[in-house]
Amino acid sequence: MSSHIPADLRYTESHEWVRANDDGTVTVGITDHAQHLLGDLVFVEIPEIGRPVAAAESCAVVESVKAASDVFSPLDGVIVEVNEALGDDPELINHDPYGEGWIFRLKTSASLENLLEAAAYEAIALAEDEDESSLANPRLAD
Amino acid sequence: MANRTPLYPRHAALGAKLVDFGGWKMPLHYGSQIGEHHQARRAAGVFDVSHMTVVDFPDPTPSRILLRYLLANDVARLYPGKALYTCLLNEAGGVIDDLIAYDRGAAGYRLVLNAATRDQDLAWIAPVAERFGVTWRERDDLAMLAVQGPEALAKLDAVLGAEVLTAVRALQPFHVLETEDLFIARTGYTGEDGVEILPPAAEAPTLWDRILAAGVAPCGLGARDTLRLEAGMNLYGSDMDETTTPLVSGLGWTVAWEPADRDFIGRAALEQQRAAGVPQAFVGLVLETRGVLRNHQTVYDGDREIGQITSGAFSPTLNRAIALARVATGAGERCYVEIRDKRLPARVVKPPFVRHGRALIE
Repeated sequence: MSSHIPADLRYTESHEWVRANDDGTVTVGITDHAQHLLGDLVFVEIPEIGRPVAAAESCAVVESVKAASDVFSPLDGVIVEVNEALGDDPELINHDPYGEGWIFRLKTSASLENLLEAAAYEAIALAEDEDESSLANPRLAD
Repeated sequence: MANRTPLYPRHAALGAKLVDFGGWKMPLHYGSQIGEHHQARRAAGVFDVSHMTVVDFPDPTPSRILLRYLLANDVARLYPGKALYTCLLNEAGGVIDDLIAYDRGAAGYRLVLNAATRDQDLAWIAPVAERFGVTWRERDDLAMLAVQGPEALAKLDAVLGAEVLTAVRALQPFHVLETEDLFIARTGYTGEDGVEILPPAAEAPTLWDRILAAGVAPCGLGARDTLRLEAGMNLYGSDMDETTTPLVSGLGWTVAWEPADRDFIGRAALEQQRAAGVPQAFVGLVLETRGVLRNHQTVYDGDREIGQITSGAFSPTLNRAIALARVATGAGERCYVEIRDKRLPARVVKPPFVRHGRALIE
């Protein structure tokens, strides 16, 4: 299985992608690799606007037909926008993980430098493909 | 290494996501679990269920005596070509497995049991069969394909031929017919019309290819689970096990109390539980908000903990979360389910949720 990993984004080991916007905010979603492992998504619990979050803090939950999985904030910041469309159509994440399937926007002063580049993330995704049963993202329910 | 069915190469070639299931490498889905669910509800889907355990009892008369003692439902109610659903109980009335027993007339009886429970089932059955002097044989030389959905029979026309299909169409639910090399039963685990076909293992790949060529969609065990949950059918290991009786698992209807003088394993324990009052009810739940019900979530009546979800999932047909749950007897119509530290409102309903493509709850 090969998944799509755009070169212009940054990534986390827990399968979030991060896009730097011009206005000093970042947009966050889960990767194509992650949506593929989860399967058809049926529910997304999105964070409240204005909520301060710390890097690696769980701030959303994506639930597929088989499991619930946390989405972690990649950086310290404040949630400034959430993708309300996921309420009615969580499968947007399956169909367009890097576009219509974005999850939240974060206002942050943190640098993206410590996040993974595409090549480094691809190595993690490929290693997981070797053993599909283990998703690096913890707390995968039964 | 995990066991593989004769169709394993077909699943791999179709790009299935293969997972371990009861010691078998089985297809979870072939791309979209929800898409496959809709295929079986709206058109026709085929499931490889060759991992299931098939056991034959070839001598009708002694086998009938054995099975009347071994099974909680009564095979004396059967006649050649008829099947019944039953539990295999331990002495405490706990469920060792659930199964379908088929009456094959002069060919005896056939049991189809779960895959994950194979070892304990056979270890339980063997000594009792020996005591009764009954021979039995596991049929691991057979495969099993479930073809399910409103269009299942129509699409099988090209596969089985007009003559066999006419006979299959004439079968009532829970009836079976045998051709020279196929065992075709009007049974299933989806709540839709359809059949379960047992071909010789060597012929399974060809049969599978012909079923797919007839326009039936391959469906994985993921869709099978959401289909059976919508149909209000129990899953062994989730909804009942050796620690629960049929009476607290929504399976009281499968226990044949009459005739009262039929002794079967677990009878005394069930009678005792029935006389003392069954402490728990087995109910359906519909989540009234967005979210997903999952196994082991706790159910509350107000602040009082009343039970647990035994099978929960998102229902693709109803587009909301549904569940089977074991709760204290006497619970009301409203309850709450704790999901990630929040208590969300749910409605208590009587399963099934969906039958023959139609929603049975609001």
